[in-house]
Amino acid sequence: MNFKTSLANIGTIFRKELRSYFNSAVAYVVIVVFLAIVGWFHTSNLFLANVASLRLMFELIPVVFLFVIPAITMRLLAEEKKSGTIELLTTKPLHDIDIVLGKFLAAWALVGVALLLTLVYYITIAALGDIDNGPVVGGYFGLLLMAGVYIGIGVLASSLTDNQVVAFIIGFVIVFIFFMLDKVLMYVPEGLTSIVEFLSVDYHFSNIARGVIDSRDVIYFLSLLGFTLYLTTLSLERRKW
Amino acid sequence: MAITVRNLTKFYGTEKAIDDISFDVKTGEILGFLGPNGAGKTTTMKIITCYMPPSSGTVEVDGYSIHDHSLEVRKKIGYLPELNPLYTDMNVVEYLDYAARLHGVDKTKLKQQINAMIEVCGLKEVRHKDIGELSKGYRQRVGLAQAMIHDPDVLILDEPTSGLDPNQIVEIRNLIRQLGRAKTVILSTHILSEVQATCDRVVIINDGKIVADGTPAQLQQEFRGAEAISLELKANVQNAMTDIFPKLKGLPHVESVEYVGGMDGIHKFSVLAAKGSDIRESLFRQAVNEQWVLLELSRKVTSLEEVFHKLTKA
Repeated sequence: MNFKTSLANIGTIFRKELRSYFNSAVAYVVIVVFLAIVGWFHTSNLFLANVASLRLMFELIPVVFLFVIPAITMRLLAEEKKSGTIELLTTKPLHDIDIVLGKFLAAWALVGVALLLTLVYYITIAALGDIDNGPVVGGYFGLLLMAGVYIGIGVLASSLTDNQVVAFIIGFVIVFIFFMLDKVLMYVPEGLTSIVEFLSVDYHFSNIARGVIDSRDVIYFLSLLGFTLYLTTLSLERRKW
Repeated sequence: MAITVRNLTKFYGTEKAIDDISFDVKTGEILGFLGPNGAGKTTTMKIITCYMPPSSGTVEVDGYSIHDHSLEVRKKIGYLPELNPLYTDMNVVEYLDYAARLHGVDKTKLKQQINAMIEVCGLKEVRHKDIGELSKGYRQRVGLAQAMIHDPDVLILDEPTSGLDPNQIVEIRNLIRQLGRAKTVILSTHILSEVQATCDRVVIINDGKIVADGTPAQLQQEFRGAEAISLELKANVQNAMTDIFPKLKGLPHVESVEYVGGMDGIHKFSVLAAKGSDIRESLFRQAVNEQWVLLELSRKVTSLEEVFHKLTKA
């Protein structure tokens, strides 16, 4: 089993999952809800502030992610476990990591599509006034990385149970903790603040969203993402223990 | 493509699901895996298909071990899990395409292979329907089609006919027989007639242990009890109990005679003779001597069902 067949298998699972998002209502509901919430808060504030900036949107989307992403990922493995199709999947000649990656990438692509559609807001603002493009590029890049980490956590949560509601709750709680870390710094003992801050998703995101793409922030996201996928693979292999 | 199972043991927690199981399946053989529910059939199949590893012991498929060459083993196997799980939101063609790709079927052969399976399994009318809308019989066929989509040398079918109506059962059985000709098949069931209808060999498992292994005929031979013969005579006698009964009882090898009933001079008996003896001839001669008219003389064959009951009832 070489690298090429692994890629082919990841591609097969990716396409199946993505099609399943768009065949069911999930994809459309997610996209519509996402755009509606972001659009409402974004535009209603925009006219009050009277500034041509996407800053508000980039503050808002991480909050929306907290709810939307666990909802996207909850079924990915929990449903297969519930219906027993996991047995079909894991007795096919492919590595467990291929299954995890294929599903992860499908959810990431769905979030990517939703983010892509928010470019409509960018276009309207860019048409209304001068906009600094650095933070916009950084903001979108940061959001993609953040979504990746959240999806990794969501897939992990989905692998822990065969109940989608439980998967959603576990995913939400973990994601929420990562989101809150830098907002509770004042309650953290002084020696630990820098560590807690470093672990916080928002801290790294706001660095990138300023338009400064620092490799430390990127490495933070990628290593956290890799770690969740690794844990998910382990969790999938749990049947073997 | 031979399968070798050696000393397989599996614990779930502290509970022993299977206990030191060993058997072989020869290339081209259809093996029936028989046992009451919870005997360990499914566990054994899950181990052979690499869904989970055994606590100890090993399985080799065509010389490849499930421990060291799991991917090779999985490539060679087509598997229909218990309860036939399916992706209900996919249509038949989509699903077969998905299964074929994951099995690494060559892209140039994908279409041809899918069409062949749709043809063989009789899925033509439902090919574009969602699996969730299909009847149980069709779903079972989809499960079989999925298991055979990559033309595997080995088929592992866990209760392939469970939940089907009698007509569907016959259809699926014929399908398995037809497809199994060129393949090595392990088929689990708790329906005995199924084994007789489809399998070359039977392994009976109870409480995690193998209790019998052989062809259906061998098992019937090996585990038959006393010879039971049912007898119907027409005789002009006053009292069957005093005029016929002792004369039957007195024949060599006869262990017991039971008077089943009679009217209008026709009397029915059930005769039990020693295991391995054949008393039909002496019964016939006795009847001739006594000038009884022999209306029926038949030997009851030990059915596989009786073998099964004997072996699995603690």
